Amino acid sequence: MAVDQGEAFPGTSRTLRRGHIRIEDAVKIYGPQNGGILAVDHCTFDVPAGEITVVVGPSGCGKTTLLNAIAGFHSLSAGAIYLDEEVLCGPGRLKAEPGPDRIVVFQNGALFPWKTNIDNVTFGPIMQGTMTPAHAYEKARHMMADAGLRGIENNYPGEISSGVRRRVEIVRALMNDPKILLLDEPYRALDSLTKSVMHEALLDIFYRTRVTVFFITHDLEEAIFLGHRVIIMTTRPCRPKKVLDIDIPHPRDYSVLTTKRFRELMDETAMAVHEEAIKAFEAGEMER
Amino acid sequence: MVWIKATALSAATFITGEEFWRGCVAVVCFLLFWQIGSRSVDWLGFAVPAVSQIPPPTAVLHQLYVLIQEPSFWYSGYLSSVRVFEGFAAAMVIGIPLGLAMAVSRIFYGIAFPVFEVLRPIPPLAWVPASIIFWPTQELSIAFVTFLGAFFTIVINVIGGAQAIDIRYFQAARSMGSSNWDIFRRIILPGTLPSIVVGATVGVGITWAVVVAAEMISGGGSAGSMGGAAGGGLGFFIWNSYVGGSYTQIVAGMITIGIAGYISSALLRKVGDWLTPWLAEP
Repeated sequence: MAVDQGEAFPGTSRTLRRGHIRIEDAVKIYGPQNGGILAVDHCTFDVPAGEITVVVGPSGCGKTTLLNAIAGFHSLSAGAIYLDEEVLCGPGRLKAEPGPDRIVVFQNGALFPWKTNIDNVTFGPIMQGTMTPAHAYEKARHMMADAGLRGIENNYPGEISSGVRRRVEIVRALMNDPKILLLDEPYRALDSLTKSVMHEALLDIFYRTRVTVFFITHDLEEAIFLGHRVIIMTTRPCRPKKVLDIDIPHPRDYSVLTTKRFRELMDETAMAVHEEAIKAFEAGEMER
Repeated sequence: MVWIKATALSAATFITGEEFWRGCVAVVCFLLFWQIGSRSVDWLGFAVPAVSQIPPPTAVLHQLYVLIQEPSFWYSGYLSSVRVFEGFAAAMVIGIPLGLAMAVSRIFYGIAFPVFEVLRPIPPLAWVPASIIFWPTQELSIAFVTFLGAFFTIVINVIGGAQAIDIRYFQAARSMGSSNWDIFRRIILPGTLPSIVVGATVGVGITWAVVVAAEMISGGGSAGSMGGAAGGGLGFFIWNSYVGGSYTQIVAGMITIGIAGYISSALLRKVGDWLTPWLAEP
């Protein structure tokens, strides 16, 4: 049963970095093209391969719209998205096909409640036929053990805590050997103590796999702690307001939070985020 | 459908310890009240309204004891059970695919749902005369009315359950390479299963209610030719007891139906628990 981590975590053995997303001039209008709600307004940015890119913005600003467009759940109204130089969606085909190269970890989790944890984890490779069931289960057991999830393989998701569920879901995503992980505020509903454990667990997985991560949050501290790059979005319509390359070296752990550089970065960005939060709040007041 | 789910779930939770004894005390108090009430003219010197007209539980119990030794009584129960089973099975076999089809296909939903919604509020018993006219045998018309009792509840639960499946499950499954068939088999079917169980549990209760009433209305005709109370099922048994003036038999028949309904629901819940292990209380 000796399987090295390169085998257990797909992608590790590859030296070639992959999962570069380029969003070009993306526009999303909900409702009719004229007079609808402009959710995403000529958005252009990159998610570099093999890095963690965190998008920060007020709730409802349209960042999830972008994530859904990358995942292929929703269409764009205009613009294009590329994955490793290949067109995912663009003029002529504004909705991408969902695929195992881009796996979403959802805000409130989307493990299938009627499947045991290990059946959830093996779902992707068995569906795609990339592994035999026997191979998939063996690999799933290894990956779960590596992620500290030994002993809950045959439990149902409803029987474990929400923090552990999120970890199972990330392992399920990794089993598909994705080029990029799309995380949509995955730790939003967790308490701050659980959250800190989850952050380190995510970093741990990232360091081992170097899978490209696209992470959405409204929590600036979380963004700076995790990200190589933090993109602060304007409130609706959503557009990059400030792009920050976080120069705190990886690997990081929680001691980073108390460093001077971390505080400086927080100070530098807090105002920008706060401004957008006020705008979002006032817009919400006006709608009411 | 929320209240239906709520009651079915609370009934499914296992009763333990204190709750069990509280239930026992309640049943004993109820029986005491009944016993004293029905004997109130002799024991208290005045008549407790309504209750004094009913035979006391001791008499009913004695009657039940006598009845369970009579093959004709068992035959009545057997006839009703067969009708319940036939109607219920037909409702499941037709209702589940129909509900799933309506949940899956927008076009089919648009065609079938309006018709379904017009027919649904019609009480099953209102179908009795029509059903006697258009079904060739008495037996078929009773089974049909029984079928209707469970059918609408099952279909509406299946539609509701399938439509309530979280869209994220579909998105996740799609991302991980599921075909339409995979999504139906691995997401829609298990996702709807809890609602199917609820619909079936509630539906079987309605089935018992309906079969008895249908037997009272139409069962007598064929029963006459088959000889006495044994011909028409428990519903006809009660009706016949009423016509014959045996009040203890009426109440004994009622209690029998209550027990039969309870056993049916309990069995279905057991099957349901087995089918949906992920819903078990940890």
